[in-house]
Amino acid sequence: MGNQVISRTTIGGTVEPQQAIRGGLVLRSVGKVALTATPLFAYFFLWAPILLLVLFSFNDSRSVSSWGGFTLRWYENIFAGTMGGEARFATSLMLNALGNTLLVALVSTLIATVIGTMVALSLARAPLPGKKLIDSLLYLPVVIPEITQGVSLAIFFGLVFSFIESQTGVRATPGFGSIIIGHVVFNISYVAIVVAARLANMNPRLEEAARDLGANRFQTFLRITLPLILPGVISGALLALTLSMDDLVVTFFNAGVGTTTLPMFVHGLIKTSVTPEVNALSTLMLLFSTLIVGLSLILQNRNTDRPIAR
Amino acid sequence: MKEIKVELIDVVKEFPLQRGETTPVRAVNSLDLNIYDGEFFALLGPSGCGKTTTLRLIAGFEQPTSGQILIDGKPMQGIPSFYRPVNTVFQDYALFPHMSVLQNVMFGLQMDKVARKEAEKRAIEALEMVRLPNALNRKPRELSGGQQQRVALARAIVKRPKVLLLDEPLGALDLKLRREMQFELKTMQQDLGITFIFVTHDQEEALTMANRIGVMNNGDLLQVGRPEEIYETPATRFVADFIGETNFLTGKITSYDAEYGRIRLDNDTTITATLGDDNITIDQVVSVAIRPEKMTIAPYTDAPAPHSDLNSITGQVVQVVYIGTDTRYAVRIDKDTVVDIRVQNRANANGVSFKERDSVSLQWDKRSARILTQ
Repeated sequence: MGNQVISRTTIGGTVEPQQAIRGGLVLRSVGKVALTATPLFAYFFLWAPILLLVLFSFNDSRSVSSWGGFTLRWYENIFAGTMGGEARFATSLMLNALGNTLLVALVSTLIATVIGTMVALSLARAPLPGKKLIDSLLYLPVVIPEITQGVSLAIFFGLVFSFIESQTGVRATPGFGSIIIGHVVFNISYVAIVVAARLANMNPRLEEAARDLGANRFQTFLRITLPLILPGVISGALLALTLSMDDLVVTFFNAGVGTTTLPMFVHGLIKTSVTPEVNALSTLMLLFSTLIVGLSLILQNRNTDRPIAR
Repeated sequence: MKEIKVELIDVVKEFPLQRGETTPVRAVNSLDLNIYDGEFFALLGPSGCGKTTTLRLIAGFEQPTSGQILIDGKPMQGIPSFYRPVNTVFQDYALFPHMSVLQNVMFGLQMDKVARKEAEKRAIEALEMVRLPNALNRKPRELSGGQQQRVALARAIVKRPKVLLLDEPLGALDLKLRREMQFELKTMQQDLGITFIFVTHDQEEALTMANRIGVMNNGDLLQVGRPEEIYETPATRFVADFIGETNFLTGKITSYDAEYGRIRLDNDTTITATLGDDNITIDQVVSVAIRPEKMTIAPYTDAPAPHSDLNSITGQVVQVVYIGTDTRYAVRIDKDTVVDIRVQNRANANGVSFKERDSVSLQWDKRSARILTQ
């Protein structure tokens, strides 16, 4: 039987297959180049605009098309009070917007983290009918276009406000309340998804073991469940914080007077033209967000509940 | 008789319907069981037989669909696991990964509001007892499987529970370590005097460690008894088959009295065996169970057995396997039946050995064969 196999390859293997192999090799090398090049292009388009923005925030020229040497003066301008004589810009206004942003981001993150964690816990533990559907509904806000979310929230608040006015006579207007609620709404999903992923890795026997050793449900949560999902909770919170700080669309549709956030402020600045100061400001925001997301990723990967060695 | 520690009265556990199932799954079926003080009780059965569910019912992780569980005479209905005087050693140990070994063992004491100093002292004592005194500040994942097992044990015994529940605690260990731990567990149980309820699918483990064994299959408790009772006088075919090795011969009852029955086998030989069941009728088709080591093998003879207590049957050797302490022979006695015989290789037993295709005669005492109807 072994002989048969050998003779077949020696007879048939001389001419035809080699040509086929050569043709295959050409195709394969083309494929190899394409496979290497495609991600390079993808990364180029992803990062080139951002790198250009950072680069031109240090450009010693008002032009956005030619390089005039290195400078930090746009950064100085931001904090100098006014921006190159621009009347719409004042450092106080910017700092005010920054303050608004932080207020909205911190409050909405806090609320969203608590609710999102509770959602993840109840979805993981409670035996609900139609759990799959409920699980996938949780992902929906991540998928829904932000503009839809913004508009629908604006309509919702309009209805609520007119209802409150008709019932109590108090005239409510959009403001921090509506912005914060709007941010909580989309942040709950993100927090819940991150915490749920963490919970899925947790051995349910651990909670049983704690109860077996005399811990009631609350003690079990405090001593076992919470410490184990805490990295997930924190990283979910940091994710929510950056999403909230960067949000323009939902904020825009639900803002009121005096609630301008930093993204709205920047958006206002570029209504006429993109100035180097906007580049500088955007670079600072980028730096801040990157730091937080980085921290979030580190926390997500650190200290994972590795399966116990067998 | 010793006092009853754990009592299960007509306990039923049904799990709700899952998708694709038409009838609810009965994990535990009308279970009646008494476990006595200071006993090492093994619940033995194949996976999915309901033994772990039974343990979880006692621990309070599951609630019975109907029936009652009493611990120390107190009904456990509605009492959550954290108020029950039992502790559990889990199959995967379930050590708290974010706590050190010492913190793991102290956890239960802290939940009981034992003062920190005292808790630490008792935790260290428990760790000494399981012979792991030098890993106090290590995290569970830094320990080997055997060490983790010891921590889980220390964590469970540190509270001095009235009953210790062990769910296949040795399942994840390698053979040598398992043997070692079997011995240690047994010694520890005797020293502590705690009632152990031990769930296992390993019949050898159950036989070596337990005072009494309960054999389960498909949610039913088939037989409860001392290891030798279970092994020597199995109540059902399943028990005989699951514990140790057994040959089954099928035949029809031709006559019986209070103790013994006579059975005509398919190859027309008639043999005598003890009754494993009172409900027996003439012409009933039954199984006769004989352990491989209860039979002797001799050169072929068609003479009747030398005295009336001995059964004799002839056949042909189809396989010989030498396994050191014993030699195993597979002997065909009719076209459908091959029986295994196990002969100890003693120094003075030379001379009589057989090879394949030899015609042989098998003999065994009627008291070591047992008629089983189900």
